Amino acid sequence: MLRRDLHNEAVNGVPCRGKVLTLDTMNPNVKRVEYAVRGPIVQRAVQIEKELREGAKKPFTEVIKANIGDAHAMGQKPVTFLRQVLALCSYPELLEDNKFPEDAKKRARRILGACGGQSIGAYSASQGIECVRQDVARYIEKRDGGIPSNPDNIYLSTGASDAIVTMLKLLVCGEGRGRTGVMISIPQYPLYSAALADLGAVQINYYLDEDKCWSLDIKELRRAVTEARQHCNPRVLCIINPGNPTGQVQSRQCIEDVIRFAKEEHLFLMADEVYQDNVYAEGCAFHSFKKVLFEMGPEYSSTVEMASFHSTSKCYMGECGFRGGYMEVINLDPEVKAQLIKLVSVRLCPPVPGQALLDLVVNPPQPDEPSHTTFMKERTAVLAALAEKARLTEQVFNTVPGITCNPVQGAMYTFPRITLPQKAIDKAKEAGQVPDMFYCMRLLEEEGICLVPGSGFGQREGTFHFRMTILPPTEKLKIVLQKIRDFHQRFTQEFS
Amino acid sequence: MFDTCVLKFSQYSSQSRYSSPSFCHSVDGTKMTENGVATRAKVLTIDTMNPTVKKVEYAVRGPIVQRAVELEKELSEGIKKPFAEVIKANIGDAHAMGQQPITFFRQVLALCSYPELLNDSTFPEDAKSRARHILQSCGGNSMGAYSASQGIDSVRQDVARYIERRDGGVSCDPDNIYLTTGASDGIVTMLKLLVCGQGSNRTGVMISIPQYPLYSAALAELGAVQINYYLNEEKCWSLDISELQRALDEARQHCNPRALCIINPGNPTGQVQSRQCIEDVIRFAAKERLFLMADEVYQDNVYADGCQFHSFKKVLFEMGPEYSNTVELASFHSTSKCYMGECGFRGGYMEIINMDNEVKAQLTKLVSVRLCPPVPGQALMDLVVNPPQPGEPSYANFIKERTATLSALAEKAKLTEQVLNTVPGIRCNPVQGAMYSFPSLTIPEKAVREARDKGQQPDMFYCMKMLEETGICLVPGSGFGQRDGTYHFRMTILPPTDKLKILLTK
Repeated sequence: MLRRDLHNEAVNGVPCRGKVLTLDTMNPNVKRVEYAVRGPIVQRAVQIEKELREGAKKPFTEVIKANIGDAHAMGQKPVTFLRQVLALCSYPELLEDNKFPEDAKKRARRILGACGGQSIGAYSASQGIECVRQDVARYIEKRDGGIPSNPDNIYLSTGASDAIVTMLKLLVCGEGRGRTGVMISIPQYPLYSAALADLGAVQINYYLDEDKCWSLDIKELRRAVTEARQHCNPRVLCIINPGNPTGQVQSRQCIEDVIRFAKEEHLFLMADEVYQDNVYAEGCAFHSFKKVLFEMGPEYSSTVEMASFHSTSKCYMGECGFRGGYMEVINLDPEVKAQLIKLVSVRLCPPVPGQALLDLVVNPPQPDEPSHTTFMKERTAVLAALAEKARLTEQVFNTVPGITCNPVQGAMYTFPRITLPQKAIDKAKEAGQVPDMFYCMRLLEEEGICLVPGSGFGQREGTFHFRMTILPPTEKLKIVLQKIRDFHQRFTQEFS
Repeated sequence: MFDTCVLKFSQYSSQSRYSSPSFCHSVDGTKMTENGVATRAKVLTIDTMNPTVKKVEYAVRGPIVQRAVELEKELSEGIKKPFAEVIKANIGDAHAMGQQPITFFRQVLALCSYPELLNDSTFPEDAKSRARHILQSCGGNSMGAYSASQGIDSVRQDVARYIERRDGGVSCDPDNIYLTTGASDGIVTMLKLLVCGQGSNRTGVMISIPQYPLYSAALAELGAVQINYYLNEEKCWSLDISELQRALDEARQHCNPRALCIINPGNPTGQVQSRQCIEDVIRFAAKERLFLMADEVYQDNVYADGCQFHSFKKVLFEMGPEYSNTVELASFHSTSKCYMGECGFRGGYMEIINMDNEVKAQLTKLVSVRLCPPVPGQALMDLVVNPPQPGEPSYANFIKERTATLSALAEKAKLTEQVLNTVPGIRCNPVQGAMYSFPSLTIPEKAVREARDKGQQPDMFYCMKMLEETGICLVPGSGFGQRDGTYHFRMTILPPTDKLKILLTK
């Protein structure tokens, strides 16, 4: 018999008490959090890898993890210069070693000189090492054709995710109909939906236009915000450019329109630009929100509140494990800025190796420096390989009946639309699975290829997608594409 | 031109450090300055931001440190001061105060960063072997790959083995180990899982007074109820179960107490709790159904004769299955303290005991959103738990460096207590462990009044004066919590001994 103070009877009749922390007594917001990129399908993939290691027989010899934007895990090589400097910073005795080029040593000395006790083991200032922030500001100025960047507006972070969550944390408040609403694209990178669930914010979906290459329509933004105003207080607009999972690179006109919209509707703009070097398609170019904002003149550049995010995890570096990143805040209220500084101080500082790495990314070898040639060669090779793989992927998928793939204009993913036979949809529903999860799970079990179902990112009702990275080495990617093509045909056949 | 609208004067939060020109807002957010030009109120202001963030304070990097940084800037610009440098004795940052990193660790980290060095004969074989082991566990054999969200598998296994050795063989399941971005990350994650409920059912979390202000900051941010239990200054900052009971009983009237946090060795107080005390705390937590959070980041920093570190895990299991099968516990460790002092790497782990399986799945899901802790920090943690062994080439040097660091700290702990106790008006408990002294100050009534006139806490007033006159930056006791009417400061014992002597004299 259960007493009101929660004693439970065990099967053998020995009374045992319920735990303090259970599914029913934990923070309910956390239960609402989902993150598909490392969700159930990946857990199954890891299990299968374990089974393979233990000698289990499968129709494949390895699991290909095309679920996550992890370039090094898929064989991409780190940029030599970056790693040389990091080694010098880790073990400064190497500064005496003549194997290291002078420009690497110079960077290392400068970074160490900016660290407490000349060690990367010291905490840094909570906003990040000052000279790194200065270098970041200079990088932004160079990138944006001279538009000034104030180092004081730069906050180094533990990957871009950290800064994104921090900004959302500041922004989300209110109760009931006054609760903060945050506009995010559908499809989106599920850090956003996860953070909003965790914070108990209202998620406001605006749909990207699949038929127009995932472009953004202001009418759709307006529809979404107008509808949202009935039940929450929309205050933020998040945009990922180049896009994840969709890979579109927004036009300059579009970026202007979004800025204008944000001003009209009084929204704080959050521009996730971590893929800014990953632009492949002819006719596409990366336009930073900061740059466009300032080119629109003081009416906008003095008023629109914005945060832009960058990271060391993507582009040509792929240094995900270092958790390096920054955000630049524009037109942030000074009192709020003081609160932001206070908030980040509680976690002391972002990882210093990541800060050092970021410094090199924004301050790479220059034409007159010894490491320049190799650096450019490596950088170009990585970006060219990605561009090639982007093209190849789009091409192959579009030969498959039932798969439609928009051009991969940028970023690191493809997000093709798949047509699923009704019978498969029914079977999935029987199994209590979302249809594209059912599809992806089958692909995993039959071919050892791990993708993420489109439902993990959001998609229009009745449509199905998957996200695949374009990161495996070209030869392996070709095989993966073939296998998916064959699988899709088999699957369609089986459920016809 | 402005439409007729209702104007209201906005209120500025008393926490605001900035004075602004007077604005008035119309209901549509249009502001007018005194010269009549309309500008719109910002989207994100002190009034429209998350209110719990405003309640957050973190004294270790608070206003006094901001002033210290300002002073450093003024000094670097050539401004004359009564001192030549600012000494930042506010934060437990060993390397910043001149402590040297452990050679072996940095060698392995360099090898992991730039594996070409594996061909370099200047590196010892044991360093290379560790580096290879770590790199093999990384995606693409690179530290630049994301790791599993719970942390690199082989590192978690090494952590589990370390815990088993430390705890005299009590077994540790690697699956209960979560690598984290410093211990702070693990602590905040656990609190996030624990805090829920509304009104009088809101989760209450017991924390020591004095405490390390990460706890109060996290509780403020999460909107949890902070339940203070006072450590006993007269008894060397020991913990009294009757005080825990008092705090808990009182708290039950207005919240739902669910967690008990303890820092051992203590921060800021430096006490090393006795084994009996730890048993009593565990018994209390079991009886009162509290989730125990044991912050053990200073576990190697034990100096006083007769004091010893006893891990909560070990004591729990030595108390037998009635406790070890039931008490829910999370223990935290870090690469930032002890003899390593590698704060900048943000390495850490937590061990979870008796966590509900469904909650564990939620925890694993939650940490996956942030992908993974920094891999260099994970690599470093691997070395901390798997250091050079007798017979390995780096062993002698490693032990020498480790011993030197820990004995220097022990020396400085003794020195600090000694010198501060010669000062009338300062009373310093023995620094049994950790990295700080937290002496009590007698502040003259006149000073207390002057402080109050200035709107400052008396110990902040004292510390600010010390900063301006001597360049020494400490943190006032009010930043950690203290009994009403008492005043303290926290000072690290980290400066090199000679500098510390000068500091103490000043």
